[in-house]
Amino acid sequence: MPTMLEVRGLAHRYGSYAAVENLSFTVAEDELACIVGPSGCGKSTLLRCVAGLIKPTAGGVTLHGDPVDGVPADLAVVFQDYSRSLFPWLSVRGNVEFPLRTRVSNRTERRKRAEEALAWVGLEAAGSKYPWQLSGGMQQRVSIARALACKPALLLMDEPFASVDAQTRADLEDLLLRVRREHGSTVLLVTHDIDESVYLGDRVLVLSKSPASIVADLTVTLPAQRDQIATRGSARFVELRTEIARLLHDRPGAPPPPNAANSDALAAERFLAAEREEARQQSSH
Amino acid sequence: MSRLSGFTNRWLVFLTALVLWQLATAASDNVFFPTPWQIIHHGWSLWFTTADGGFGLSDSIFEDVLPSTARAVGGWAIAAAIGITLGAALGRSRTGMQYVEPLFAFFRALPSPALLPVFIGLIGIGSDMKLSLIAFSCIWPVLMNTVDGVRSVDSVKTDTARSFGTPRTQWVAMVVLPAALPKIFAGLRLSLSIAVILMVVSELVGESSGIGANLVDAKAAFDFLSMWAWIVLIGIIGYVLNLALLAVERRALRWQPTRAAVASAKQTTKAGG
Ligand SMILES: Nc1ncnc2c1ncn2[C@@H]1O[C@H](COP(=O)(O)OP(=O)(O)OP(=O)(O)O)[C@@H](O)[C@H]1O
Ligand SMILES: [Mg+2]
Repeated sequence: MPTMLEVRGLAHRYGSYAAVENLSFTVAEDELACIVGPSGCGKSTLLRCVAGLIKPTAGGVTLHGDPVDGVPADLAVVFQDYSRSLFPWLSVRGNVEFPLRTRVSNRTERRKRAEEALAWVGLEAAGSKYPWQLSGGMQQRVSIARALACKPALLLMDEPFASVDAQTRADLEDLLLRVRREHGSTVLLVTHDIDESVYLGDRVLVLSKSPASIVADLTVTLPAQRDQIATRGSARFVELRTEIARLLHDRPGAPPPPNAANSDALAAERFLAAEREEARQQSSH
Repeated sequence: MSRLSGFTNRWLVFLTALVLWQLATAASDNVFFPTPWQIIHHGWSLWFTTADGGFGLSDSIFEDVLPSTARAVGGWAIAAAIGITLGAALGRSRTGMQYVEPLFAFFRALPSPALLPVFIGLIGIGSDMKLSLIAFSCIWPVLMNTVDGVRSVDSVKTDTARSFGTPRTQWVAMVVLPAALPKIFAGLRLSLSIAVILMVVSELVGESSGIGANLVDAKAAFDFLSMWAWIVLIGIIGYVLNLALLAVERRALRWQPTRAAVASAKQTTKAGG
């Protein structure tokens, strides 16, 4: 299968703090790849580099052959924090139409695309509501519909189901699997939940503690059709999750923590670097 | 049910105060304090009685009330347009505000009535001066609130918009301004009350037309009945303008959850978890 995304030698530093170091992997077309790693290891940083939201300090990203410089046109991101990612002043339909304004010039066509995307996530009846009138799970479905409406070549998801309750989470996971089967989407999904990565992924990339680098690239040899109860109970599933858990926890630790004064200085430096970064991005917008 | 009782309660207090005022002023024979009934009656003859004694809008409506109100609303509208545009530009620029902040802080701290002589010196005593003074005084709350508002755009929304490759105009019109709108309206409401104050203050010297001018003239002529009538009129104008702005605001911000909805949502969360 042709390669959709290629990440090569990617590194990102906030000031002198290395969040991501020398990361390389590829994602094939139509593949759902999960990235799993401990909290704070640099998963979001990696995703933001891929999305072109921040510039990597070294290395590069190519999306179906084109180097990513700035935000690629045929890419969409679903953020963890749906309540902050949706625009509260737009109706549900308005939110889904938001990215389409530049992509579909005809109004009725745009409206149709939005309705279609809402139907994919089972929200055809909620179009004229405002986001705050929906439950958390429904709001995250709206942001998934908004991303899908763009028909992105690559869908990036940053812990998309981390802020909803367990039942909603299972529903959303199945919804993602169904939608991507129906539309043949390529997905790169970040999570810190080992079970979720195995349940959803065709492949699981395991990241080390900060600075993130890839410690394993596992192919999930589970039947394509997943089921919340049968799949999670299967021997192969348990084997895979145990293997990943071991990879995550038995790693020889990160370099010894610097002494307190030093780490204060480091934190301050990171903070300043982040401010500069933000200022740069604001001015570039 | 609770809405209705809230409504009657509010007006009940108002009516009680009015009745008490009526009783107190009727009991005293101080000419400085006419009864509300006399004031209303006098106001009627000032503004709703034509020269031949019949019912209709009087000359004073066209020569005093409307021009003054138009200046207040006009000056406020000019301030709103400049304040929002300039505020949005300054708020989104990284360095702009750093240069002008001390200057703005100084102007904002100046009590605008004190600037009346300056404006008279610069522009003279005409309508232009009044309009400029009102606009100048109204600009600061709108400007500062807009700067604040456009800076408060959430970082996740910024990332979301950027990740969709949102062009600049759409970014400003559909993300930055709506996000700033609640703050902008807060500034606009503050400015509106300032506009009414300055409407009166700007007419205290010079010509003898306009609401404020009539107010001082009546006072100078010991015509306390007229004086009170003009004061009541100013109150009514301020109240109605504020009401109109509130209606616009409610419409523009109808996407915001109502207080009742937020309260009930909190209740469900509490009950559910
Ligand atoms: N803007 C920033 N400025 C400075 N340091 C940052 C910034 N963003 C992240 N970091 C640091 O970089 C490291 C990686 O952050 P990142 O958000 O990429 O981790 P993550 O794996 O997504 O974490 P989480 O599981 O909490 O989402 C963290 O130690 C974090 O403190
Ligand atoms: Mg993260």
